[in-house]
Amino acid sequence: MGLATTILQSRAVAALASPHGVDRYLELVNPMWAATEVRARVVDVHRETTGEHPVATITLQPTSTWRGHRAGQYVQVGVEVPGARRTTRCFTISSAASAPGERFTLTVRAHSEGLVSKFLVERAEPGLVVHLSQAQGDFTLVESPATPTNNHLLFITGGSGITPAMSMVRTLLRDGYDGHVGRRVTFLHYARGPEDQVFADELASWADADNGVRVVLRHESAGDPRFSAIDLARLVPDFREVDTWVCGPAGLMELVELAYDGSPRLRTERFKPPVVKAGSAEGDVVFSRAGTQAANSGAPLLEQAEAAGLTPEFGCRMGICFSCTARKSEGTVRNVLTGEESSLPDEEIRICVSAPVGDCVVDL
Amino acid sequence: MTALSTEQTHDRTAPAPEPGEQPVSDNLPLTPSQLKAFGEEMDAIRQRIIASLGEEDADYIHRVVKAQRAFEVAGRALFYVPPAWPLAVAALSVSKILDNMEIGHNVMHGQYDWMGEPGLSSRMYEWDNVCPSEQWKYSHNYIHHTFTNIVGKDRDIGYGILRMDADQKWHPYYLGNPVYAFLLMVFFEWGVAMHDLEVENIVAGKRKISENAALHRGIMRKVKRQALKDYLLFPALTGPLFPLTLAGNATANLVRNIWAFNIIFCGHFPAGVATFSVEETENESRGQWYLRQLLGSANITGGKLFHLMTGNLSHQIEHHLFPDLPARRYPEVAAEVQEICERYGLEYHTGPLGKQLFSVAAKICRFALPDRASDVPGLSTLAGAAGLVTRFVSRRPSVAVVPDAA
Ligand code: FES
Repeated sequence: MGLATTILQSRAVAALASPHGVDRYLELVNPMWAATEVRARVVDVHRETTGEHPVATITLQPTSTWRGHRAGQYVQVGVEVPGARRTTRCFTISSAASAPGERFTLTVRAHSEGLVSKFLVERAEPGLVVHLSQAQGDFTLVESPATPTNNHLLFITGGSGITPAMSMVRTLLRDGYDGHVGRRVTFLHYARGPEDQVFADELASWADADNGVRVVLRHESAGDPRFSAIDLARLVPDFREVDTWVCGPAGLMELVELAYDGSPRLRTERFKPPVVKAGSAEGDVVFSRAGTQAANSGAPLLEQAEAAGLTPEFGCRMGICFSCTARKSEGTVRNVLTGEESSLPDEEIRICVSAPVGDCVVDL
Repeated sequence: MTALSTEQTHDRTAPAPEPGEQPVSDNLPLTPSQLKAFGEEMDAIRQRIIASLGEEDADYIHRVVKAQRAFEVAGRALFYVPPAWPLAVAALSVSKILDNMEIGHNVMHGQYDWMGEPGLSSRMYEWDNVCPSEQWKYSHNYIHHTFTNIVGKDRDIGYGILRMDADQKWHPYYLGNPVYAFLLMVFFEWGVAMHDLEVENIVAGKRKISENAALHRGIMRKVKRQALKDYLLFPALTGPLFPLTLAGNATANLVRNIWAFNIIFCGHFPAGVATFSVEETENESRGQWYLRQLLGSANITGGKLFHLMTGNLSHQIEHHLFPDLPARRYPEVAAEVQEICERYGLEYHTGPLGKQLFSVAAKICRFALPDRASDVPGLSTLAGAAGLVTRFVSRRPSVAVVPDAA
């Protein structure tokens, strides 16, 4: 940490910059200057695949406040989507573990519904500044390059779930962890077809090199077998006894979990927390902080939260004072005063005048 | 989006009352069916603006924030150059006024929450003022904006200190009305910070001191931070110029206090602005809520720069109708609101700053005095004199409430 950063983070400077904080001044001079917040500049955009849901790898130069990441972690990325609305989504870091202030990459697939992923893949250009969190998540590689073991490591991934495993194997290879002393890595990946296969060249070079990494690609369109315990046992006979990391679509995850039968060696990462659908016609409302869920009654969220036994803050109960503002992370709400509907993810809403339309998740 | 073309709006006429319907009260001169139509017209305006929020509004508030920070830095820096002292004070005053009014007040109303930017979020914004934003949001956004001008509910009527309405019972204490008003102006940010403590209710025995403990802590934390930077750290950083910088910072706070007090008092207290009773506003419909906001507020006419420096509170009427729309939209909305008022035969209170200020000052003096001699306990001999004075003051030309063409 440089002297400038130490000074900028000092209590004296914080007192001088009160009440707005140092970053509110620094960002106006140069968006890449920060004392506590993390931002990054896009330095490269590389298209991995084209087609309906194209994938791009985006290289980011973070501010000096970036504390680095462990392989397998993700980061929250906020961008200003058209209409001047900042929208934030999580993305797994695809490059090898980074040190503080060091560059890293995100590999992003543009989902048709994903405001942020579409924006990043289709519109991000070098020079764009994005807002970041620090790296988060516990789906990480426990093997330390400094004190390597000769454990066999197994990665099972599907579709975009390949990114955390990429970061882990890249870290291992970069730091000189290879198979010469009997350590093995098995990398099993499921993709729709060769045209959807990201990192194809790099995976091929891993497979060719004498490094103990075995790469197995299963392409649905080529008629390759889908995941099954039998197929896996053919590749890794004692798989339940092997440290395994799995990440991919819900269907794959379920099959793998079934196959492992509760083995503690299995580590899983889901892109989205599973939203349980109870099937009520109006959908369900999830109060994520309280961890409760109830059938959507169609009433404003404040009333529904109160009915569920929560006591959210409120004032006017008519939409003018903003006391009741809460974050809606998913779903559509209708403003009961105006009838407007809004489906933006991670949106601040006034729960006293917002009624959910269908399923809805609120941070309460 | 222009769902509602201007021609359309001008064509429409206000609906006539349905047979047998009565206006809500003298103060609220529309019938329930008219109120419904009136409320729908207001909702339509709001919806149209909400649908059109976007880059222009974001750019605007970003520009204002940039200007405010630049004035602040310039002000702090100019204190190192003693001959530039007046300039430094001016720059810092402008910074504080922009911070409190066009940025702070409006951001805390949630006008920019749709942008999702933490620095402009009503939940996180903290202003350059000794009143903690949390408490301000309660007393202002909730109490004042919900119960606007309802005597006994809206604590902004006289701030618990002044008598600003005939329905507030006279007491000899109020003879000091002009003096209290002057002091409130000078110490406005402190008055605002103390506002939530409801000192008047403690004196009246309606509130316990212990209820204030948490508020106290919040206020003290904020006061310490504000005082530390303005009255210790920044002066100390200028070394031997400490006293000059200290005086400069105090002056900037004073300028902001005076300005904010005057603008805010012109928003609800010029003559003609209505107040309401609790009974009148029971079971209020949305249309009636709009009507109360309209009749309980007053605008100040002026140029673009003036509107910016008032945080667009010069459009107090539009602000009270649509407190969560970005304030830069109020001028565009004002024309429509005025047109609607004309059709419904409603008053639209507006006037230049001088006129509104004079009207407010007259009201402050007028209500220092009792309305009737019988209001004055044990002063029957002086009753005649008091009555004379009262009559004299109330004969002052009352300020016209004709919509101002500007
Ligand atoms: S309670 Fe006031 S806006 Fe919801």
